[in-house]
Amino acid sequence: MQIFTCILLVFLIVCAISVSVSKNLLNSILIYMSYSLVMSVLWIVLESPDLAITEAAVGAGVTSILFFVTLKKIQAIMKSDEEEEE
Amino acid sequence: MSRKLSNNEYQKTRGFRFRQWFDGTKDPYLGEVEMKPVRDLSTATQITSEKKSDKKMFLELVYDMKHNTQVKLFRRLYNAFAVLFCLLLVAMLLAAVSNLPLIGVADKPVNNEVSQRYIENGLQETGSVNIVTGMILDYRAFDTLGESHVLFAATCTVLILLRVDKKGRKDKIAEQAMNDRLKEPKNDKVLQGVAKILVPPIIIFGVYVILFGHLGPGGGFSGGAIIGAGLILYLEAFGFAKTERFFKESTYKKTSLGALTCYCLCKSYSFYTGANHIHSIIPLGTPGMILSSGLILILNICVGIVVAGTMYTFYAMFRKGGY
Amino acid sequence: MMNLTNLLANYGEAAAMILFGIGFTNLLLQNNLIKKIIGLNIMDTAVYLFLALKGYIAGRQAPIVVDGVQSVEAYINPIPSGLVLTGIVVSVSVSALMLSLTIRLYRRYHTLNFDEITTMIKKEEK
Repeated sequence: MQIFTCILLVFLIVCAISVSVSKNLLNSILIYMSYSLVMSVLWIVLESPDLAITEAAVGAGVTSILFFVTLKKIQAIMKSDEEEEE
Repeated sequence: MSRKLSNNEYQKTRGFRFRQWFDGTKDPYLGEVEMKPVRDLSTATQITSEKKSDKKMFLELVYDMKHNTQVKLFRRLYNAFAVLFCLLLVAMLLAAVSNLPLIGVADKPVNNEVSQRYIENGLQETGSVNIVTGMILDYRAFDTLGESHVLFAATCTVLILLRVDKKGRKDKIAEQAMNDRLKEPKNDKVLQGVAKILVPPIIIFGVYVILFGHLGPGGGFSGGAIIGAGLILYLEAFGFAKTERFFKESTYKKTSLGALTCYCLCKSYSFYTGANHIHSIIPLGTPGMILSSGLILILNICVGIVVAGTMYTFYAMFRKGGY
Repeated sequence: MMNLTNLLANYGEAAAMILFGIGFTNLLLQNNLIKKIIGLNIMDTAVYLFLALKGYIAGRQAPIVVDGVQSVEAYINPIPSGLVLTGIVVSVSVSALMLSLTIRLYRRYHTLNFDEITTMIKKEEK
């Protein structure tokens, strides 16, 4: 059990570092989504099932969806600006 | 799919052009040397010269050479200090962690008599089998009230910032919102097929998590988030027109207002009877049944409804600026 | 001052502090606005991990009463769990608010770069 926890924690740290280093915004958001999912598994290892359900529904669900929708709106505004300039 | 195209249409497709290239009958000058249609010459040159002068002036002002070196120097100093500060902070925190008591050991200052009281008398005093739910909705209900306020404030702010008023403004943003609505539903077969199978179980699971909040893990927030996610999937697969059949703006307003008022009334009753040492008349029931634990079931349902509506509102505001 | 064996035994809390540092560095040093918001979220979850580790006791069960056993020896501490539940909801509210502010900023200045936005604001003030 301790080795499993250690592996999960190392995965979290690697995810956090690669979010800051990657150049593509979409990649960062996907890695953040997997970070949130592994966090949810970690809550179960620490014997708190309430937190696990809430984190899975909220972190890997709603927050990541809001990030994606923000990216979509920004690209839509960028495209409409380019169309206007032509 | 296998409708035969007319000769004109076929000559415009990529397949025909590939065939021509493959057979060697492609005309190398066609499409390469022709001139594009010319716009009105005088106005075009005037507009482009104006734009160029504007752009040059703007670039001169923003990327001033004098200011640019200052910004670079400031940036370098800032980066160096920030990295140093962060390393120092992490070192201090690790030093603090190394002096804390060990994880997993039972006799720490954290496990004092408060948790003992909650565990030993929780079932008798609140009636809920899940100790954490009984704690946040009965012993520590003030915190949950504050959290509902935070959710409400965030919803108000997102509504103020992103709402598009359809009646008044005819400018670009309202147009974009309308365009977004016209381009959908995209009728993606895979997404619609999956959504037809998945959305009912998701919503039923969310309702289950809310109703059994005091008997197992879960509660109002988790169940509300799950229902919200199910509604978002339905919206993405089937478009705004179909979702408006059962979830309009007035729906959100009425359910949210009703749920928050019910929460307020129930909690006021509990506070009043608790503060004046009056015995409350709400029965606690037998632990293990759904209709037990006094007011906790009603509070869970109210919180679940508010959270589900809030998650859907966030998404709809981001997508379209309206409902 | 530093007790190294204790630090290795508390590996969970040490990892939570390292994650906090990474999130904070992201918040200070990144130019892109969206990566700053992701950094803030990482900081939030690191603090929740630390709090939940405070309530964990090895060998005991989750705080749901099973078979009528109600002694203190059988369950972990439920209080940090309740605090973190409130925190997660606050974290999602803050994220939604900041993302809507980002969209409005982008509509106004057409860039996601923080340096450019501050330079434009300074130019507009003059």
